Amino acid sequence: MRRTFKAALGTEVAALALLAGLASAQAGSLKIESWRNDDADIWNSKIIPAFNKHYPDIKIEFAPSAPKEYNAALNARLDGGTAGDLITCRPFDASLALYQKHQLDAVDGIKGMDNFSDVAKAAWQTDDGKTTFCVPMASVIAGFIYNKEAFAKLGVSEPKTLDEFHAVLEKFKKDGTYVPLVMGTADQWEAATMGFQNVGPDYWKGETGRANLIAGKEKLTDPQYVAAFKEIANWAPYLGSGFQAQTYADSQNLFSLGKGAIYAAGSWDISTFRGQAKFAMGAFPPPQPAGTADCYISDHTDIAMGVNAASKNKEDAKKFLEWLTTPEFATIYANALPGFFPLAKTPVKVDDDVAATMVGWRQTCKSTIRNSYQILSRGTPNLENELWNVSAQVVNGKLTPDAAGKQLQDGLDKWYKPAK
Amino acid sequence: MPESVSNITAQMPRAKLAGLLLFFLGPAVAIYTLFSIYPLVATMTLSTYTSDPSGARSFVGLANFATLLGDALWSKPFWNAFGNNLIFFAVHMCVQNPVGIALAGLLSLPGLRLKGFYRTVMFLPTMLSVVIVGFSWNLILSPLWGVAAGALKAVGLGSLFAPWLGLESSALVTLSLISVWQFVGIPMMLIYAALLNIPEELIDAARVDGLGHFRIFFHIKLPLVLPTISLVSVLTFVANFNAFDLIYSIKGALAGPNFATDILGTFFYRTFFGNQLQLGNPTMGSAVATVMFLIILVGLCLYLFFVQRRIRRYAF
Repeated sequence: MRRTFKAALGTEVAALALLAGLASAQAGSLKIESWRNDDADIWNSKIIPAFNKHYPDIKIEFAPSAPKEYNAALNARLDGGTAGDLITCRPFDASLALYQKHQLDAVDGIKGMDNFSDVAKAAWQTDDGKTTFCVPMASVIAGFIYNKEAFAKLGVSEPKTLDEFHAVLEKFKKDGTYVPLVMGTADQWEAATMGFQNVGPDYWKGETGRANLIAGKEKLTDPQYVAAFKEIANWAPYLGSGFQAQTYADSQNLFSLGKGAIYAAGSWDISTFRGQAKFAMGAFPPPQPAGTADCYISDHTDIAMGVNAASKNKEDAKKFLEWLTTPEFATIYANALPGFFPLAKTPVKVDDDVAATMVGWRQTCKSTIRNSYQILSRGTPNLENELWNVSAQVVNGKLTPDAAGKQLQDGLDKWYKPAK
Repeated sequence: MPESVSNITAQMPRAKLAGLLLFFLGPAVAIYTLFSIYPLVATMTLSTYTSDPSGARSFVGLANFATLLGDALWSKPFWNAFGNNLIFFAVHMCVQNPVGIALAGLLSLPGLRLKGFYRTVMFLPTMLSVVIVGFSWNLILSPLWGVAAGALKAVGLGSLFAPWLGLESSALVTLSLISVWQFVGIPMMLIYAALLNIPEELIDAARVDGLGHFRIFFHIKLPLVLPTISLVSVLTFVANFNAFDLIYSIKGALAGPNFATDILGTFFYRTFFGNQLQLGNPTMGSAVATVMFLIILVGLCLYLFFVQRRIRRYAF
């Protein structure tokens, strides 16, 4: 009896040793936190296998959360010590806060970081620009995607100026076959991101206006900001019926079913439409207001990746980040996810024609990022949240453009005192 | 006649009794303390702290509450959320409970066929996930592909249709009614069970006296189930002031348009976990949670003091 017990014990010890051995063999495994749950397929079928060609021993698991819950879930996991090794970084303050709480490591030492311009890195740097804590992955560009068949049917061409834009919308409204402009205000953010921040940079001269706003030299009550609100207030008659209750998913469906003519777009919509829409699409940049010469586009640095400071496998995590800086990754990412544009300096060929058109605007127009993102959404009330709310209200006709500017500036004045 | 429990315990040695109590009550007390009392106390403690960007926390006493109720920046959304919560509750009290009572009354009618079927069908939405309820109603009411517009048109009321979920004036009431639709099964079942408990003799006596179904219900049954109705009301109160999921799944954390559907739950979520560029503020969030807890506590105390004490159950 005793012997059997001993034998059993022996087997158990051996089994444990074996398990321990297996565990150590899995030391080269990494987990990626992300909000891009739409992209799980692409990560698993394209990006991770490409990386594994170089590093076959490093196992990578892409473990995304829902975009809405990402910040909350990530913060909870980081605080609780259960977060993954690689953290997908939102731009600016959300990630900066993680760095300040010592939950993200600096990535300056990583080979290949010089493949990014200062502008590309700005969204993931400390305010003084000295430390970078995430490797930039991609930016997204706002503009308008249109149904080429609808345009051909009515014999209209891409509008260059806002007057032409309004004329096109009017024509579609008269015709009645298509919803002239597809955008809803139920989720609020489209009105801000694809409305205000899309057509706005032409009024406030992109980066110039953004920097002045941060410096306190311009106010959101200034004519250039109110004018942007006036423009989106014009859109209401051309939106689908009941647009106040139209969600983002509704808008995507409406356009991809071929029922809309023009879609107020972010470039990230391209991959969704490619999978669903059966008609040819084109894209045009925000039409210019009368009397302006230069054009500006919202080319927003949106996604990056950093290392969890508490990761047990930082060495492999850094190898992965290093690979993210290579042209190989940029090419795979840009083509697997058309509409997410690489930030690396080395040029990348984009095969998708709509995506290529949008990224081509960088040659003719000046890039800027959303003006509420850096520094200005650090306090309470939060400028970005306020912007969603007032933009939706302006489109809904519940708030005048002047009142919208005033509400934003009043909120900002409560906590933001720029050095003047 | 068997000996009563109190006699047995009275004769027991003290130590043995303590051991017995510990054995039977210990696990429940431990679990309850760990998962209910400790988080509650921890939340209250956290609400007296503030944190700086590095994550370090310092004690500030009641400052968070002073900010929440005294600073217009916080008090405005707070009272807005509280007001919306009251409307949310009022709609439930005025629609859910009367409908629940009516359905229970109909179900308890003698001779009603397919009783089990009706009961199940009406209770079904209660078991659905809120996300599914939100998604389905979003589709039903959608001005683009919803069936609501078509259905109204079919009966000649097409002009009444509006994007209800997207308008400041109607979004909150619409959401409340969706919630009512989902949860009406619970008051119905509780009241139905209470109605079944009413002794047949009473009903028979009323019938012999010549009362019809309607008057029997109003004069005999309803007064007898009042204790259950008040219990349902208090359950509704607690559930409504803790509500969050339906609003979040349909309108998101910003509870638009223009915070027209913001209730304490979504206000708490935004404060505690943050939203988009707004970073979460756990200490302020705890203050909001504590105030929510106090509101519910006060409501319950009022109920216990003014209602529960006066309730008399029928006895035979």
